[in-house]
Amino acid sequence: MSESSNDPAASAKRRTLVIAGNPNAGKTTLFNAITGARAKVANYPGVTVERRAATLELPKSGEVECVDLPGSYSLTSRSTEERIAVEAVLGLVERAPSALLVVCDATTLSRGLYLTTQLIDSGVPTVVALTMIDEARELGMEIDSEALERSLGAPFVRVVASTREGIDELLEQLDDAVSRNGPSAGDADDVANNGLGDAAMKAIEPLEAIFEAEHAGSTASARRCWAQWALLSSAEGSDLGLSAEAIAAIEDAHQAAEKAGVDLDLELIQARYRRIDEVVDEAIVKPAGRRTGSDRVDAVLTHRVWGMLVFVAVMVVVFEALFAWSEPMIEIVENLITYAQATAGRTLPEGPLADLVSDGVIAGVGNVLVFVPQIALLFIFISFLEDSGYLARVAFVIDRLMGAVGLHGKAFVPMLSGFACAVPAVMATRTMESRRDRLLTMLAIPFTSCSARLPIYVLVTAVVFNPDQRVLGVLSLGSVMLLAMYFLSVAAALGSAALLRRTGLRGPRPTLVLELPPYRVPLVRNVMRRTWERVKRFLLDAGTIILAFTIILWALLSFPKDDAITERFDRQRAEVEYRIPEAQRAERIAELDAQEAAEQLKISAAGRLGRAMEPALEPIGLDWRVGIGIIGAFAAREVFVSTLGIVFGIGDADEENPPLRQALGDAKWPDGRAVLTPLSGVSLMVFFVLACQCMSTIAVVRRESGSWRWPAFMFAYMTGLAYLAALAVFQIGQLLGWGGAT
Amino acid sequence: MNVGANQTTLGDVEIGARAIIRAVRCARPDAVRLMEMGMLPGTQIELVRRAPLGDPLELRLRGYALSIRTAEAKLIDVEPVEP
Repeated sequence: MSESSNDPAASAKRRTLVIAGNPNAGKTTLFNAITGARAKVANYPGVTVERRAATLELPKSGEVECVDLPGSYSLTSRSTEERIAVEAVLGLVERAPSALLVVCDATTLSRGLYLTTQLIDSGVPTVVALTMIDEARELGMEIDSEALERSLGAPFVRVVASTREGIDELLEQLDDAVSRNGPSAGDADDVANNGLGDAAMKAIEPLEAIFEAEHAGSTASARRCWAQWALLSSAEGSDLGLSAEAIAAIEDAHQAAEKAGVDLDLELIQARYRRIDEVVDEAIVKPAGRRTGSDRVDAVLTHRVWGMLVFVAVMVVVFEALFAWSEPMIEIVENLITYAQATAGRTLPEGPLADLVSDGVIAGVGNVLVFVPQIALLFIFISFLEDSGYLARVAFVIDRLMGAVGLHGKAFVPMLSGFACAVPAVMATRTMESRRDRLLTMLAIPFTSCSARLPIYVLVTAVVFNPDQRVLGVLSLGSVMLLAMYFLSVAAALGSAALLRRTGLRGPRPTLVLELPPYRVPLVRNVMRRTWERVKRFLLDAGTIILAFTIILWALLSFPKDDAITERFDRQRAEVEYRIPEAQRAERIAELDAQEAAEQLKISAAGRLGRAMEPALEPIGLDWRVGIGIIGAFAAREVFVSTLGIVFGIGDADEENPPLRQALGDAKWPDGRAVLTPLSGVSLMVFFVLACQCMSTIAVVRRESGSWRWPAFMFAYMTGLAYLAALAVFQIGQLLGWGGAT
Repeated sequence: MNVGANQTTLGDVEIGARAIIRAVRCARPDAVRLMEMGMLPGTQIELVRRAPLGDPLELRLRGYALSIRTAEAKLIDVEPVEP
């Protein structure tokens, strides 16, 4: 749960400051400015919402834990995730906060005061930080913050978070508020009606009584705050954790209001906005002018033609970055790993321990680190797009298209990234608000044909298709097949999203209520900090799973070993000294090593599994050797190629390797038929398009969805679908007489 | 622009036109969200543009820009404001 010191007495004394505010109001920048870059990130219990917390030393209050709530426009919530704000403010789950800090964008004051007044009305001592003051100045705004303080009863401090203007005064006010340590005992037991009419009060009073009964010692303000929250939040399908009594009271309230011809929601919300409008009328001495700069940019970026072009261009850049720019960095990681493995091999005595360290642990760490360049690049882009305001425009522009498959506009960037690699793409679904949408997108992403599948397609098409065979006289049959695989993956991704929305993750598409924030220049340090937080989370959470899987796979591929085989090959290697001229010795030894590896692999657990799988692989046109490749591919799809290299006794092979292509082409069934024919090649590729052959994807889906249930489900239905599709392709192909080799 | 018996909705407003909200008739959770974002009877609103693919819409109200789909816009009654 919350990060606290090990000393119970100290944590009991530590006060809490909860920080809330609208999205795009500069809350994160302010949080970082107040607390320094020392946030600890964890999940709220039971949900996949991040809890950022950091400690702050204040002169009067001592050590204060600052908890950053996710940005929101109101306390009103519909799901367990959205409930976090009201629970934090009223102290319903964790200990009640000593004070609240509301971050309010001065340029959207009237909307921002909705949440602000909700929080002030909760009774917890509140300080309001008016951010974006520099922007307000540029827009010609003049705000009388004293008037705001007078009308609303909380200190309003002007800040410019990025330059730390006003921070000192803010910290002073926070210190004052926190040291009061919660609503004073002498709080009036009566709260001003604040414009709530009779109908509203009739609905509120019973709920306040229920809250009082369930929470001894609560203040009148807290009761009022909760009652209004409950009335506005309750709706069909809301998960609010309310008692049966409360639910009944809310039902009664709404029904009574309906009978009286009153719209309860309207009453409650309008009462608050009437108050806000009065206050704002007084406090805004000069209103903001139009944002001509932002407007002009928008005129281009959301233009029917130019907007789409810019959109495509930006997406191409993001994609290219993930696909290509990360290559050099990935190579560096791979070289480091190889070096580490070689060092381990030299320093440790030969034997299973050395192998475990080198091929299990070091390889496992390598399998984790190899994703860092792509994750970092993707999140740098996403943070940049988000902070600049353009990400909202992406969702705005593409929403209609995504809607055709029941997805939200914000799903576009994650799905696009999936074509480079599913791991950062799944992590990118964090930008989506609705949990169901996030899950839907997460489960669809692995279908997008990631770059790791490409070596497999290249290898298979090179082996089974004659490079001179042309389609329409121009394109080679191989490339057409490649393109076909990509189309299949897009169809599968979109189709699975559409299907899941109608079945398992049923529900109407969430209504779009999307703020289009003004364009702002992102702060590099915010972008970097957020990217680092993501990378760190990946390393710690998904990384451990990937490492574990690597070691398990290594064990499956390495054990059991047959000593007789080792002895036989040791003898042959010894003979090389006598039989082979010096120049060719190294080559011959390498050959022998490769052959030994192939034989050992055959009798290993994975080898036996492959042969046991053969009856299942035959109907889709594949044999046990490919089966072992599929098992190895679970570590990472490109491992399919290197595993096949080992199986065929070729040693270190990649998809371009001629001996491997030759060996695959020559591979035969016991009865002499070729194993890899064009048909079985296509069947294999179809299998890989649809199968969830990636432990790292499973690891991140586990991390982002919060349980093993979803990755298990994903693995099962993807593998099932892959098998059935490959089966259909192969069997129908054979029926149609396409089974022969070219 | 409908002048007369039938209520004009936000879906009927032309690009660039302004209007005053009369009622938000969306289904409950959506209506609450929209109203909390400041779309209340009496609030002035401007239809800035449609997205390149035709949907959603970009609106301007209370000093900020908000995007909603045409489906929801059709459930918001407005009174057009003469330019």
